[in-house]
Amino acid sequence: MLKEYLTVKEIVGPLILLEGVEGAKYNELVEVEFPDGSVGLGNVLEVEEDLVLLQSFEATSGLNIARTKVRFTGRGLELPVSRDILGRVFDGLGRPIDNGPRIIPDKRLDINGNPINPYARDFPTDFIQTGISAIDGLNPLVRGQKLPIFSGAGLPHSRLAAQIARQAGVLGAEEEFAVVFAAMGITFEEAEFFIQEFRSTAAIERAVLFINLADDPAIERIATPRMALTAAEYLAFDLDMHVLVILIDMTYYCEALREISAARKEVPGRRGYPGYLYTDLATIYERAGRIKEARGSITQIPVLSMPDDDKTHPIPDLTGYITEGQIILSRDLHRRGVYPPIDVLPSLSRLKEKGIGPGKTREDHSPLSNQLFSAYARGKEAKELAVILGEAALSEEDRLFVQFSEAFEDRFIRQGEYEDRSIEETLAIGWDLLRILPRAELKRVKEEHIRKYMDNMG
Amino acid sequence: MEAGVVVKVSGPLVVARDLPDPKMYDLVKVGKDRLMGEIIELRGNLASIQVYEETAGLGPGDEVISTGEPLSVELGPGLLTSIYDGVQRPLDVIRAKYGNYVTRGVEEPGLSRERRWAFTPAVKVGDQVGPGDILGTVPETKVITHRVMVPVGVEGKVSEIKEGEFTVEDVVAVVETPKGEVPVTMMQRWPVRRPRLYAEKMTPQEPLVTGQRIVDTFFPISKGGTACVPGPFGSGKTVLQHAIAKWANAQIVVFVGCGERGNEMTDVLLEFPELTDPYSGEPLMLRTVLIANTSNMPVAAREASVYTGITIAEYYRDMGYHVALQADSTSRWAEALREISGRLEEMPGEEGYPAYLGTRLAAFYERAGRVVCLGKDRREGSVSAIGSVSPPGGDLSEPVTQATLRVVKVFWGLEDRLAFARHFPAINWLNSYSLYLDKVEDYWRREVEPAYAELREEAMGILQREAELQEVVRLIGIEALSDQERLIMETAKSLREDFLQQNAFDDADAFTSLRKQYRLLRLIMTYHRLAARELEKGRPVEELIDLPVQEEIARAKFIPEEELERFDRLEEKVAEQLAGRASEVRA
Repeated sequence: MLKEYLTVKEIVGPLILLEGVEGAKYNELVEVEFPDGSVGLGNVLEVEEDLVLLQSFEATSGLNIARTKVRFTGRGLELPVSRDILGRVFDGLGRPIDNGPRIIPDKRLDINGNPINPYARDFPTDFIQTGISAIDGLNPLVRGQKLPIFSGAGLPHSRLAAQIARQAGVLGAEEEFAVVFAAMGITFEEAEFFIQEFRSTAAIERAVLFINLADDPAIERIATPRMALTAAEYLAFDLDMHVLVILIDMTYYCEALREISAARKEVPGRRGYPGYLYTDLATIYERAGRIKEARGSITQIPVLSMPDDDKTHPIPDLTGYITEGQIILSRDLHRRGVYPPIDVLPSLSRLKEKGIGPGKTREDHSPLSNQLFSAYARGKEAKELAVILGEAALSEEDRLFVQFSEAFEDRFIRQGEYEDRSIEETLAIGWDLLRILPRAELKRVKEEHIRKYMDNMG
Repeated sequence: MEAGVVVKVSGPLVVARDLPDPKMYDLVKVGKDRLMGEIIELRGNLASIQVYEETAGLGPGDEVISTGEPLSVELGPGLLTSIYDGVQRPLDVIRAKYGNYVTRGVEEPGLSRERRWAFTPAVKVGDQVGPGDILGTVPETKVITHRVMVPVGVEGKVSEIKEGEFTVEDVVAVVETPKGEVPVTMMQRWPVRRPRLYAEKMTPQEPLVTGQRIVDTFFPISKGGTACVPGPFGSGKTVLQHAIAKWANAQIVVFVGCGERGNEMTDVLLEFPELTDPYSGEPLMLRTVLIANTSNMPVAAREASVYTGITIAEYYRDMGYHVALQADSTSRWAEALREISGRLEEMPGEEGYPAYLGTRLAAFYERAGRVVCLGKDRREGSVSAIGSVSPPGGDLSEPVTQATLRVVKVFWGLEDRLAFARHFPAINWLNSYSLYLDKVEDYWRREVEPAYAELREEAMGILQREAELQEVVRLIGIEALSDQERLIMETAKSLREDFLQQNAFDDADAFTSLRKQYRLLRLIMTYHRLAARELEKGRPVEELIDLPVQEEIARAKFIPEEELERFDRLEEKVAEQLAGRASEVRA
């Protein structure tokens, strides 16, 4: 029996204060009935004696104090799941919006989940081939990793995320995989791009989509990534699938969080974001991983746009502290027409050492990537020097490094949106590029590898 | 039992009314799931409680029971090789009993009640004993002998002492005190927020050798010292912390993963049993206690985790061991403090952190130190504390870094600029410092080599000079430098690449002994000194750089510890080639 109250006392932004409530629980799901009869959802942020503070996931326009009804459901926000969620499109609160049949749930899962016991985790070690050289060759993704894309307004992060979703696979493995896609605050066009993308490649059969668009209620976004990850956990650990989760755009999620925090008049941390932003983001990102003896896994690719391309902004900054590396897109490369515009130097994959090498990719993968990194860094440095002092000031060697860095951007980083390079192809391009440099400069690769992989090429 | 009643729930903060006899920092159980919490504020009949578990589903009217005791840890055999959450619940046992997720309201003792330990007495009936005296020993792991001590407050004559296999709850000795007979078990309890007692504190002397060249030679930490590792994300804080946990010559390592990544703890868990301790030849796990409160685990337990860690560290110190406590990251601990403070609606200090952030941090680091332990034998033990700091945006002026720098004596400043260039460990050698240097230099003089300190100073001077010269090069080009200056650039490059850079993932390079560090540094400086002499004779610098032996210098870091005599030959080669070139030219 649902308890219903008509005792709204205050409405401030997305917050509703209710009095005279009995038996409300923290984080309980509520139904808010608008004066016009429509019903929205909300949850309990705080209870004190008979006062209850709610956040409404629906925009509060149209609510009033006298006639708004609030019903307490006695449970938290849940997602009904079954195998049938595959291929379906939901709104940000997990309600179907594709005109398909209702989901007949196997079970209902609390969207907040529980933290994975660190002792139960298994370390991610399986290399995922994305077919993108800048990732596979230098900053490889492994199964169970959380690797965000740091982007900026106008950069092609959507295309890159879609390409990863399309091409990602583990070498030599035929296993069930699925993509869970959560859109938070992105535009209709962007969302449509992904839906079309999944449709055209028939990947939609293996995908679950949660869509909260820019004009959907902002507060709903707070639940969206948790909906997606709950679905992912079900697919990965109940149905043994390998799940790739794409969360786009985490910046809008954080802004929704800030809105609630501001409405509650909490003491703000940096740039007005709440002090618990780190903990809150961690409860999302940490839901990636592998579990010992479990066959499935969850790999996360959150996408976030850095306001003003600023990596030290709290959102990318805190994200970088939680995730296992980052792929950073460069406006400079994009301007010069390089796709994907991945700035490989500040990009990083923390799990790379465990995911590559003999038996996984190839023995020369790690040293080759170190060599490419350092040669590219040196080339870029020399190029900067040339800007100040002029080409003529460069030594013969430096000139070669400049030549290398340009060729590297053109042939290694640049590739087609539908070009799926195998890891062998990626490594071969790397070795081929190294021929530009004097052999004595190749200090990070072993002589035997040079003979085996560079000299033997046609 | 009488119980209080919940009146307010706001995230991890719960307010209860009418708790019978509440005391500050008493442990309480909240709601029907019996969630663990701690009283952090009392106002009239209201008690504010920080709850260590997720509070969803709690509401007004739920009951709150006080245990009447502060949050304590269980201390005894079985701590080593364990992995605990922030309030000492064993995560391996929890997984076995409750599955892959950490669920709520789980109650598991920190020490196994079933496991039996072989206790060998060290005292006889009739012996007079006091706090800290060793009653007997237990081989806890292959490498560590656990010393069972007389608990604080117990003094008298041993009236009974046993030998054999016991659980931690069995009585192994009875002490006849003026107040009556006190049974003693192998397990003690100690409140985590209270420092354990010792007889006397002393200043740190010996270095804690970490096997990391930039640390040991340039910015050493002492046994009983404190250090902090601030750096932006991706600069390698955790890799450095792990390297120290692996290779430091501490006898016990307590590693607190405080609000960090789950996969990192898994890495430690899977790797440490495989890795061999360079000192004992046994798996590293046998000397390690892990505390994992990852970022997605409840925030209040994160606040408690560093105290749980340091109390365990102090306990082994009291047995007379040298312990390294590592907290990764103290910023997450400070953030937990900030979150709770915000919920209490306290007046915020800088950036929302509570005004008492500085005193709490100082009190934590003060628990490190070298001490004379309680007990008649006046044995010595130490706790060295090494905390990472994660400053937002890498900005060191933020409150946590600043408050930390005021109390710690060693600063290893990590920089992303170095990390991008794949220079690891990415410790900036220009702004890092160690205030233990003079003490450690004495030790070097005694134990390693009289000339070590001088050599270090000379090398440091070259690195500093390089930074100045680099400015010039950037503006005008390398041609603007004199020959002497170009040699400095050449040596500095060698110092950076062949000495400071160290690959934590390479088996031969991950650990370097002090003796080898000295030889490696001397090799590079031998090149420099001899080349400088040649320059003075008027030879051009071009003849003195790009020698074949320099490639051998670059590989010298891979010379195995047992073949250090190869450095002699290399030094000869340096001399030969520097001179040899000269004769070639003359001919």
